Amino acid sequence: MSTITATSTTTFASALNTAMSDAMEADESVVVFGEDVGTLGGVFRITDGLTKRFGANRCFDTPLAESGIAGTAVGMAINGMRPVIEMQFDAFAFPALEQIFSHIAKMANRTRGRVRLPIVIRIPYGGGVGGVEHHCDSSEAYYAHTAGLKVFTPATAADAYLMLREAIDTDDPVVFFEPKKLYWSKAPEDLSTLRQTYESDSAHSRQIGAQGQAVVVREGTDVSIISYGPSVATAVKAAEAAAEDGISAEVLDMRSLVPFDEAGLIRTVEKTGRAVVVAEAQGFVSVASEITARIQERCFHSLASPVLRVTGFDIPYPAPKLEEHHLPDVDRILDALDEMQWED
Amino acid sequence: MDDPKTTPEPGHEKAEQASRIFEASRSFGITPEQYMLPAQQQIRMLDAQGTLVPVEQQGTGPGHEYPIPEDEVLLKAYAALVAGRRINDQNYALVRQGRLAVYPSSHGQEACQVGAALCLEPGDWMFPTYRDTVSVISRGVDPLEVMVSFRGDWHCGYDPKEHRVGAMSTPLTTQLLHAVGVAHAAKLRGEDSVVLAMCGDGATSEGDFHEALNFAAVFEVPVVFFVQNNGYAISVPLSSQSAAPSLAHKAIGYGLAGEQVDGNDMVAVLATLRRAVHLARENSMPLLVEAVTYRMQAHTNADDETRYRDREEVEQWKRKDPLLRMQTFLTSEGILDDDAAGRITDAAEKVASSLRQAMTAEPAENPLEIFDHVYTAPTAQLLAQRAQLDDELQRATTTEGAQ
Ligand SMILES: Cc1ncc(C[n+]2csc(CCOP(=O)(O)OP(=O)(O)O)c2C)c(N)n1
Ligand SMILES: [Mg+2]
Repeated sequence: MSTITATSTTTFASALNTAMSDAMEADESVVVFGEDVGTLGGVFRITDGLTKRFGANRCFDTPLAESGIAGTAVGMAINGMRPVIEMQFDAFAFPALEQIFSHIAKMANRTRGRVRLPIVIRIPYGGGVGGVEHHCDSSEAYYAHTAGLKVFTPATAADAYLMLREAIDTDDPVVFFEPKKLYWSKAPEDLSTLRQTYESDSAHSRQIGAQGQAVVVREGTDVSIISYGPSVATAVKAAEAAAEDGISAEVLDMRSLVPFDEAGLIRTVEKTGRAVVVAEAQGFVSVASEITARIQERCFHSLASPVLRVTGFDIPYPAPKLEEHHLPDVDRILDALDEMQWED
Repeated sequence: MDDPKTTPEPGHEKAEQASRIFEASRSFGITPEQYMLPAQQQIRMLDAQGTLVPVEQQGTGPGHEYPIPEDEVLLKAYAALVAGRRINDQNYALVRQGRLAVYPSSHGQEACQVGAALCLEPGDWMFPTYRDTVSVISRGVDPLEVMVSFRGDWHCGYDPKEHRVGAMSTPLTTQLLHAVGVAHAAKLRGEDSVVLAMCGDGATSEGDFHEALNFAAVFEVPVVFFVQNNGYAISVPLSSQSAAPSLAHKAIGYGLAGEQVDGNDMVAVLATLRRAVHLARENSMPLLVEAVTYRMQAHTNADDETRYRDREEVEQWKRKDPLLRMQTFLTSEGILDDDAAGRITDAAEKVASSLRQAMTAEPAENPLEIFDHVYTAPTAQLLAQRAQLDDELQRATTTEGAQ
């Protein structure tokens, strides 16, 4: 690759925006709708310019009703469209849960695969942005628990682009969790290169596929820090700090919660023999719990220490003044590493 | 003189100017309010005895005109009514014999059931509820396929896309939004298919009812919302459900027209629905039709109706039976003769006997299929679980063989 210049830098937000406009360009049946996504370009500007470029038939504002948005997406998908809908914030997707759980997740099964619903539900999620109550929830467990939904959550700008394109192209419904903390983060990525990669060989550029593909974002030998979405960057920072104490930590980004890459999980834990699971969501009955249970079931004989979780507390999100005490941070991960069993 | 309504506040223009209602009402020479509100009385063409009601007593008027369908269509409707009643009663019996897991019967509501199917063109769509088996069959879906889910199978039986009939399911009014989405997709592609969206009286209290009417009006899509008001939501009467003058009145708040029709009058139901479908298609806009009818049997086999209504009430509705009214009318008009009546009864009997046979046979199910359609390709977890069940099944067969 050529050296990084100013033009080959992108934000997470523009990666998402470009993924949508590229998908709309590639396939006429892709339509984007939700609250304020048209003229305004979304409250986070992720759909900026789509109405202008593709017209109000392809990207449009709906009346303010999340069940309505999800329910009409079902109908549009039944009738040949590929809707990409935006939920304005994590907690505001809750009015749509009946449509998502009872229909979007189940229609393919109910119709024996005759009616597939290629819907993408984009949900800005997580905290760390000083948002008030109802604007910082990590609600991924509800969706991951519901059979029939795929649940993706990218942690890098490249994944934001590639995984959103894959989500739009897959015939299964995908709940696409966007860590809002990362929206304005910059990365040395060139979107046109990503576009070429995806479009020239989209089968190979699939980041998730049918079985999930977690990625090792930092190699290590002593302990695996397993994470996803907004917590991956924190996990990497903790691994770097641990290195100063002589601990070699590997960091695994799950990327997709459904499908779940169990093989990738087993690989890293068998390699290191120790695991810490890090996620923002409250830990009780969470995705972190599921990952922990799987490690115990599959890797018991490789473990040198109990598996630990570093998650949000089991409280309503304490936004915005006290959120720093709630979110898993480097220190809390390092404390967990300290707590691990290091002697034989 | 200045009409205050013609000078909206800045930033508030849209709702009025975008509304197709204004155009439509003008074309009938009436005000938008007169157009959107239901007529002064229920639309009714046949009285309880099956005699044609004089035109001036039918409830029709400018913007509320409902031409009586051609004889041929009426005869077809009658045949579907007879078949529908037979299907309801056959399925009721099959439940009692333990052949069906559940059956929400539409006995007494067959005029609505048939009207819903016969008002549509083949390219149109229907989104039924769990009680609309007879509508789905009248639309042309194989009765045996329709009954699959009531038999207790895990899937809906028929192909919704092939028949343009939504998969019947129970979460109340959720299907109304699907109907709006289907219509919207069709509109974006420049197709003029109409979507009929069905629900019950109780269901009108659900949030999705409100969201669907509102979306349809704002999107200006041809959806006909068809409410079968059978008086009850399981045990709860309409009076505990809504304080509106009628369910048809709900339309005006969303900017669409509502009409109320005698749901046990086959002629009126068909006339009203056909006109609604026509207007929806012509003007690309939604309408609401409320049919006032009655559920003659319990909610389902699991329900005990004696806990919430008395026999007397049911008996009163028996006298308004849609089938008898239609039969009397068609016979007196000379549209139905003994020959035709005989053929129609035979055809209905055939459907019933094929239902009996099919539901008595034990279906060859592949239990492993429950994993196959959840995703386009099963995940690793599902593959492992599938293998587990497969192994359990094989061990069970081996054990059986050994005995
Ligand atoms: C969202 C939801 N809540 C509750 C139920 C349980 N339920 C099934 S049918 C029914 C009554 C519906 O009454 P109505 O809409 O009048 O239709 P009808 O059964 O009379 O045809 C109820 C409460 C359901 N299916 N869905
Ligand atoms: Mg009812």
